[in-house]
Amino acid sequence: MSEEAGIVKIALVSCGSEYSGVQPEFEAAATEVNAKFVYPEIDVAGLDNIGREFGLEVASGDLRLMMARAKAVVEGTTHVDGVFITTCFRCAEGAIVRNEVRRYIHKHSNIPVISYSFTERTTAGTLLTRLEALTTVARRRHLLAREAQTGLTAGIDSGSTTTKAVVMRDNEIIGSGWVPTTKVLESAEEAYSLALKEAGVPREEIQALGTTGYGRFLIGKHFNAQLIQEEITVNSKGAVYLADCQTGPATVIDIGGMDNKAISVDDGIPGMFTMGGICAGASGRFFEMISKRLGVDITELGALAVKGVQENVTMNSYCIVFGIQSLVNSLAKGAIPEDVAAAACYSVVEQIFEQQLQEVDVKEPLILVGGSSLIEGVPKALGDLLKIDVLVPKNSHLIGAVGAALLASGYVEE
Amino acid sequence: MAKVFIYPVNSLILADLVERFGHKPLAVMNQVREKVTNISLDSPPVNITPEDPKVGLRYAAVEVPAGVRGRMSLIGPLIEDAEAAIIVEAPPVNFGCVGCNRTNELMRYLVRSKDIPILELRYPDSEENAPEFVYKIKAFLESLPREEEK
Repeated sequence: MSEEAGIVKIALVSCGSEYSGVQPEFEAAATEVNAKFVYPEIDVAGLDNIGREFGLEVASGDLRLMMARAKAVVEGTTHVDGVFITTCFRCAEGAIVRNEVRRYIHKHSNIPVISYSFTERTTAGTLLTRLEALTTVARRRHLLAREAQTGLTAGIDSGSTTTKAVVMRDNEIIGSGWVPTTKVLESAEEAYSLALKEAGVPREEIQALGTTGYGRFLIGKHFNAQLIQEEITVNSKGAVYLADCQTGPATVIDIGGMDNKAISVDDGIPGMFTMGGICAGASGRFFEMISKRLGVDITELGALAVKGVQENVTMNSYCIVFGIQSLVNSLAKGAIPEDVAAAACYSVVEQIFEQQLQEVDVKEPLILVGGSSLIEGVPKALGDLLKIDVLVPKNSHLIGAVGAALLASGYVEE
Repeated sequence: MAKVFIYPVNSLILADLVERFGHKPLAVMNQVREKVTNISLDSPPVNITPEDPKVGLRYAAVEVPAGVRGRMSLIGPLIEDAEAAIIVEAPPVNFGCVGCNRTNELMRYLVRSKDIPILELRYPDSEENAPEFVYKIKAFLESLPREEEK
């Protein structure tokens, strides 16, 4: 890690983000997580031949600069703790280089990497969770090495749609709570109380608490949590723990209420990851709307979907509005609810495949988590699409809360 | 004195040649003189805001990446101002480069669309060809109207 106390050095490998008006946002997000961007030194004269050397010849100078900077990082010419690779959204040449540079760094080093495509509307808030995860992997690797929960700890996951809480004792979940998120603090209080009640332990006895999810900062401060952590590291840890795949490679897909995460994990530590999507059409929110329109409870949608044939209905959930239009049109044409439910599940996983799984190397086991993993049609559709077995661990919907309780137990011993 | 757009638009050598022959180079360096940093190939400005790519919509549609439109918000007005242009094809990076080839393509197209004198020539591939390269630029610049002629 950087010699400057606590500061994580992140190499910014970009095609010219400073021209897009987003550079101040990048800097603001980095400052927020106590990181700073560095720009690996390269020999400008070498840029004319770097394409041939790298094996990817492109016309844009800044894309060649990206390759040269990636090479400087891999060869250790510039020492960094993480790499942020970013190019303009909608640039094909940039997307090709971004992906290949990410693969190159991942193949030739152990440095954590994230990649992102920006528009002029990208904000620091959008980047915060990603950079927080990147700095956590660099800064707190020892914490992520934890494989068993010890003592009496709790975790609260304040998600965009639901709030989950668990109480764990000596590597066992002894209480859980799962409530819809309305007011962030009140929902957290309710879920936590339910978990404590089921566990039969008073709040004062909890030795350490971890919080995660969108509301993590607010509830973490409120409950005086020992660990306040973004959901990428917490969920990947929780997923491999619940699926009992803590060593070796794994891929975690978390379909959340508002966004999705695809995380490539090695020994429980996230490597490459992406957060999507562009529209809620690929998230749990879409399933909620589909259930509502079909007049079934969301807990019944999965059973309905496994009975249906997705090919009978064309559904485009790239955008939630178009997705609902497809739904209305297909019902009007006489489609049966089972087929619609199956098509909805397939549409969501297809979008995850097209937009997110291209950016991480999918390695088995594939662990599906998040509330949507409980909709049986979703793991089935994902398995059908990828032609591999999809693992849905027990308590997969509690993933964030379990991961937080597990990681928080590191503070019991400290 | 003619306002001469140069391509690459940040080429110090071309800007210097234009000045030496009594004309005004339209180079991006003038646009970014206020605040610069050294993080990219061409010392880009750090004071570009999300508003600038919107200014670039004058030259490229919204589906064109923000980086192209942000660059065009600086370079587009120079092209509008140009009374002549020199385009050097296939130069090495250290001769000048704005980093993005889509921007390069758009820049060259917009310049060629104007009814102005344009010199297009390839960067010399050897030292022997370098004098010829400079002579052509010299002859072109001498052919442009000077202040008194205008």
